[in-house]
Amino acid sequence: MQWEIVIGLEVHAQLSTQSKIFSGASTAYGAPPNTQACVIDLALPGVLPVLNKGAVERAIKFGLSVGAKINSPSIFARKNYFYPDLPKGYQISQFELPVVQGGNIQIQADGEEKNIRLTRAHLEEDAGKSLHEDFHGMSGIDLNRAGTPLLEIVSEPDIRSSAEAVVYAKTLHALVRWIGICDGNMQEGSFRCDANVSVRPHGTEKLGTRCEIKNLNSFRFLEKAIDYEARRQIEILEDGGTIRQETRLYDASKDETRTMRTKEDANDYRYFPDPDLLPLEISANWIDQVQSALPELPQARRDRYMSEFALSAYDTSVLTSSRETADYFESTIKQLPAQAKLCANWIMGEISGQLNKEGLEITACPITPSQLATLLERISDGTISGKAAKTVFESMWNGELEKNVDAIIAAKGLKQISDDSAIEKLVEQVLTANEQQVADYRNGKEKAFNSLVGQIMKATQGKANPAQVNTILKKKLEG
Amino acid sequence: MTLSVSDVKRIADLAYIEINDNEAKETLNQLSGIFDLIGTMQAVDTSTVEPMSHAQSVVQRLREDEVTEADQHGLYQSIAPQVEANLYLVPQVIE
Repeated sequence: MQWEIVIGLEVHAQLSTQSKIFSGASTAYGAPPNTQACVIDLALPGVLPVLNKGAVERAIKFGLSVGAKINSPSIFARKNYFYPDLPKGYQISQFELPVVQGGNIQIQADGEEKNIRLTRAHLEEDAGKSLHEDFHGMSGIDLNRAGTPLLEIVSEPDIRSSAEAVVYAKTLHALVRWIGICDGNMQEGSFRCDANVSVRPHGTEKLGTRCEIKNLNSFRFLEKAIDYEARRQIEILEDGGTIRQETRLYDASKDETRTMRTKEDANDYRYFPDPDLLPLEISANWIDQVQSALPELPQARRDRYMSEFALSAYDTSVLTSSRETADYFESTIKQLPAQAKLCANWIMGEISGQLNKEGLEITACPITPSQLATLLERISDGTISGKAAKTVFESMWNGELEKNVDAIIAAKGLKQISDDSAIEKLVEQVLTANEQQVADYRNGKEKAFNSLVGQIMKATQGKANPAQVNTILKKKLEG
Repeated sequence: MTLSVSDVKRIADLAYIEINDNEAKETLNQLSGIFDLIGTMQAVDTSTVEPMSHAQSVVQRLREDEVTEADQHGLYQSIAPQVEANLYLVPQVIE
């Protein structure tokens, strides 16, 4: 039987505020344990939460950038469960009336545009961290992370493969960084995914029983965990079994998922509106302010690059993978507006290849957009060949001659010979010295032509403009 | 909706509340009373009433996103039963 995989993702994006969602303690990563946990985070008796405007603003920003409805009023609720790194005994989250309702994310899947609907995005606080290493049979609790603002972004089950799930997660990851609400640092846990996976026979409508895989903190694990989980469910169903709804954990070292808890054992979270927090009102005025401060979004830039510069869907999606990359492209193209494709190729090729090799972000690129544009100008005006440009690029990357393109071209003698009369002279010399090959060509041996071009290039150490050499040589041979 | 003693025990288990048989029976009576009350309330026609999310018609005040809390972990940890390496120690939660 043919099976269809159905996936919905829940992403927890840590919001990039200075202070916590309900207290004035710092959210900076990596501080010594409990130095950023104040009386509110510790849940000492008598304290009250006060909502951080910056966290709400980031949620609004997200909602507007995915075309969602911003709920006002929006309500905070208590999600009750017991764990020592949750001092209050409940997590403040949202249940009914989340800040963000609905919305859409466009992804590029298999060269096609696909729409993934969002269910909602709600604000909540993170819990602390439990350390189970050896503390004489005790557990250690660090509450620095308790109260850190999170935006939980929930998608509809619109995703159909692990590859699509990765594209969706990457698109979302790029978006939250683009609009500046989350630093996206996955190692530090700023962006974590849970995947709801089910399978159903191809062509049927009814959703299968789903399993939720928790805490996938890399795109690779997300893909592998879904692949494993779908295979597991299909095997059970093909053997005539049934899927049990449960929460599962992915074990990267074994590349498998295993049961964490079944639905029967699931906590009853006893959600109810938090009486410590009043309804959150978000005025139309505030929404307008946030809207007008939003940067041009990745989707809008993709569309613009396609229409303005005639770039392909693939090129534009790579160039808009981050705001920094898109900005780099735009600064380069500003100096060289007629050469969009050339700029795009060099940024996606040489620049990104070299950055990857050295593990650098584009913001740390040693070659500025203007330096790159100058180099590309020298290709497009015929001063140097594309091959020579790579040599110049390497020198610039290594900081030679203050990255001055023209100085490097001169110092390395890379200037192309583009003078018609000089090339004509060269061609004549080579023709005289290779009478046999000339005769071969005239007798119909096409290969002789390439060999003659090779001779000319060799005589000029590759500096003759190849297009001109071809034209002149052809003219001489046929003339 | 009618509850049974086993329902009560199951709910208690999910909520991590320990109750004995007598307490379960007593709780069953109380919960059933609450369900009756809910039944009475549900009989009221509220179709023209707008849902209320808080008893007072005031809205949440917001604070600016600024760090206002200094590190006082020494003070806070002075009342903790057990502390090591800045961590609060609690009975082990996993094996």
